[in-house]
This record gives sequence, structure tokens and C-alpha cells, in this order.
Amino acid sequence: MQWASLSEFFAMGGYGFYVWGSFGVCAATMVAEPLLVRHRQKMAIRAIRQSQDL
Amino acid sequence: MINWFKFSAPSTFYPLAGKLIPIFWTLAALFAAVGLYIGFFVAPTDAQQGEGYRIIFIHVPASWMSMFIYCVMAFWALMGLTFQTRLSGMMSSALAPTGALFAFLSLWTGALWGKPMWGTWWVWDARLTSELILFFLYLGYMALHAAIDDPRRADRAGAVLSLVGVVNVPIIYFSVTWWNTLHQGASVSLTKSPSMASTMLWGMLLMALAFWAYTIAVALMRARSIMLEREGNTEWVKHLPDVKEAV
Repeated sequence: MQWASLSEFFAMGGYGFYVWGSFGVCAATMVAEPLLVRHRQKMAIRAIRQSQDL
Repeated sequence: MINWFKFSAPSTFYPLAGKLIPIFWTLAALFAAVGLYIGFFVAPTDAQQGEGYRIIFIHVPASWMSMFIYCVMAFWALMGLTFQTRLSGMMSSALAPTGALFAFLSLWTGALWGKPMWGTWWVWDARLTSELILFFLYLGYMALHAAIDDPRRADRAGAVLSLVGVVNVPIIYFSVTWWNTLHQGASVSLTKSPSMASTMLWGMLLMALAFWAYTIAVALMRARSIMLEREGNTEWVKHLPDVKEAV
């Protein structure tokens, strides 16, 4: 392992902005996508239930 | 012999997908955990690029997946046009947004890698431009599909677009050998021994497996929603436990 401290890890040898900008957006979108799909699933089920009640 | 056509019926596919989704989420989490550990704590600092090279652990897997998903969409397009199965179009439209996401991530991480290493966020060279076209092909597929009201016609139009657009995939892949570009050559080659440290290679492969499992999990989830949206009036949907259960 090449990190002496946590701040060194976050600094990424001066490339912190680029490395965390990449991993951050990647993580955020890959968390958001399944949440959006789960919302879509709930909406689809709700629409079916409403059409059955009518 | 397994009767594959049996699984192409949404009524059979829906519960099967429901069983597979948690398996692929678990696989994605495991591969990502090990891949990120190797990527940040085991793989050594690069001699030329310092720590900045670590973007490779998502840039290359995202780029691979963006091309692979388009090929899978083209496969489903061919199946749909040949056998007229309902599942094909549903799978294509379930995959398109995830493919678009990976194409975007490929461009985004590429820009953030290009700036410190090449001194520019973007160049109009063959590799970058063809990947941008791939991103637009995904968006085009989604827009075309959304613009046509009849789902079967939308599936057919989308299938034609996927099959025409798939020629772009080998162009992206071979762009670095066909043209003189700023982008470096292929990171992994089947014919040459790998040019990078084996820990770097392993980190990259594990992240690619994580993205692959993620894609299957999220695409199956979306395919299930599409099935409910399209087949809401059918008997099999009305008898699904998901639909019958009280909220």
C-alpha cells in the first residue's frame, strides 16, 4: 500500500480532482439508476392497481 | 434441451428475472469491492502518470460495457426481427439507458483523464468521436422508441437502428490502430502479453465484471417494469404476487 495517511489518499498524488471526479460521478450515477428503475417499478404497479379498482 | 422460447414469454421471464436480480446485485457488489481494493490499495503507482492513472479502473470497464451493451442490443434486435418475440424489444429498451450511462461515463472519465495527461478535456480524434457517436446512438434509440406510440412498431424501428448502428462498435474498437490518434492503444490484447502490471490488469478485469453484473441486474429490473407497463391488462400480470400484495 502506498498511502501514508488519509489526506494523502484523498490527494491522489495531486490528481485528486480528476480521480475523485471520475469515481464520484460514476458512483453517483450507478446508485441513482437503480433507484430510478425501482421508482418506475412502483409506478407501474400502482397504475395496474388503479386500473383494476376502476 | 432447454426450450429457450419458453423463457421469451414475459409471463415466464418476469419471475425468473426476479430470482436473478439479487444474485447479480450480490455479484456486482463483491466484484466492485475486490476491484476497488486492488485498484486503490494493491496496484502500484504508475511510473509515468503517478496516481492519475487510477481512472483506468472505471474508464476502461465503462468503455467496454458501452460497446458490449450495444452488441447485445443488436443481438436482441436481430432476434426480434427474426422471431417476432415480445421479449426482444423489451430487453433492447431495458438495456439502452444503461448503455447510454456507460458511454457517458466513458466520455466523462476520459475527459477527466485527458485533461491532466494530454492537457485537454477533448479532442476530435477517431476514438473519442466514435465513442461520442455511440452515446448519441443510445440517445437516438431511446428518443425513437419514445416517439412511436405502438410498442411493437417502436421495437421494430429501434431494432433497425441498433442493427445499423452496430457497425460503429468495431470502428471504436479498432480506431486506435486504424488512425493516428492521441488515445493510447488497446489496454488489453488477446494476442500480445499484457503491457501493464498484473495487479492493474486484475483490478480492471474485476471492475469490468462488476459493471457487467450491474448491467444485468439493472436491465432485468427495467425489463420487469417495461413488462408491467406494456402488459398491465393481461391475466398473468393481474395474478402476479407483486401486483396483488397490499401496499
